[in-house]
Amino acid sequence: MRIFDPHIHMSSRTTDDYAAMHAAGVRALVEPAFWLGQPRTNVGSFTDYFDSLVGWEPFRASQFGIAHHCTIALNPKEANDPRCAPVLELLPRYLEKDGVVAVGEIGYDSMTAEEDKAFAAQLALAIDHDLPALVHTPHRDKAAGTERSIAVVRESGIAPDRVVLDHLNELTVRMVKESGCWLGFSIYPDTKMDEDRMVAILREYGTEKVLVNSAADWGKSDPLKTRRTGDAMLAAGFTEDDVDLVLWRNPVEFYGQSGRLSLDGEAPEAEFAGNSILRGARK
Amino acid sequence: MNAWLEKALHDVAADATALRTLFPAVGRRVGRGPSATPGWTVDDVARVRLLRAAPGAAAEMPDLYRYGDAAEKRAVLHGLSELDTADIGDAGLELVADALRTNDTRLVTAAMGEYAATHLDAAAYRHGVLKCVFMGIPLAGIAGLARRTDGELRRMLRSFAAERTAAGREVPADLLPLLHEQDA
Repeated sequence: MRIFDPHIHMSSRTTDDYAAMHAAGVRALVEPAFWLGQPRTNVGSFTDYFDSLVGWEPFRASQFGIAHHCTIALNPKEANDPRCAPVLELLPRYLEKDGVVAVGEIGYDSMTAEEDKAFAAQLALAIDHDLPALVHTPHRDKAAGTERSIAVVRESGIAPDRVVLDHLNELTVRMVKESGCWLGFSIYPDTKMDEDRMVAILREYGTEKVLVNSAADWGKSDPLKTRRTGDAMLAAGFTEDDVDLVLWRNPVEFYGQSGRLSLDGEAPEAEFAGNSILRGARK
Repeated sequence: MNAWLEKALHDVAADATALRTLFPAVGRRVGRGPSATPGWTVDDVARVRLLRAAPGAAAEMPDLYRYGDAAEKRAVLHGLSELDTADIGDAGLELVADALRTNDTRLVTAAMGEYAATHLDAAAYRHGVLKCVFMGIPLAGIAGLARRTDGELRRMLRSFAAERTAAGREVPADLLPLLHEQDA
């Protein structure tokens, strides 16, 4: 089973996770820029984080045979902090980097005026930089937030098939399917969505334009949930080709719209800034 | 010429701030293989052409370096030596110092170009050379060695060689001619 995790925050994960993911079949992933748990208080915190997403983290992933790409954005939660919002002016520099395959995560957290502004501005950036967009749907008041997100996407003029709305559930899947956007599902141990509910949604709505991710981060989460979902699909009677479509070809098609996916399995870089992560005498 | 590069050269000539978004895209537009200039890749050459074409590029270079990935940083370092240094003055020294703090051989090599040979003070230049030797960077890539090597640098290099020999390790072959020169 080859797996592309289209949403996982590897900066928060260990090298054991990378090894386990590779063993489970993960060969590629996208790490969206998001909140870090601890709020940031200045623009420099963002740029150092972005530098890591295009520098150190792809290097780390390459040591485990996994292709790493990222998305760059000001996330909705921190869009509300006037000390952070000026990072919007620096995004054009990062949105042209080789490893950046979408603008994201953008969208709503508490649906404030500041979030409206950042969301619309970043959809415009996606159009300017010819990139797809990854839209986070809110944890609270999810159905209303998803509906409003679809309206903002429509108003922006970006083609709906260049947008994924993520963290969907039984109550939001239909409206997103009807919008023409891609459907993202985050499979979590306790919250959001689990693998059996995911299988039921795939039965009802089909496999087209569906992205399944672990969204694993610094919270309780599991980077192998993509594999577990593939196993649950097979157990429920889906074919290996269905699993390959959902867990590999769909994310490749979605992020491939950037023209910047590189999945050739290049040899890992020997060193990053002179540091090897394997920490032992080199032979 | 590559049509993308042609348009990019035109765009930066009209407005140097266009460098901010064109600079990172160069590698995937023109390639990353070796060029006719020894030690430079095709994207290095294209990026330096963009810097040359942009009036007021010197003002953009510090941020191009700050927000650049390793390839962009390397091109800015090359650019310091290639552009009219009257525009840049000592402003490039901070970039050279940053590159010399890294352990990335690509950046350290690019930092020790003609700009560094002209602008670094004696202590910084000596330590730049010593760091190159320590990292196994060929001396042929370092600018200004003939005119800037002094007695103190020769002492440092001999000490380095003695340490290597005592440890039973090899002394880089390209270092030997320098060690045998007589102090003036």
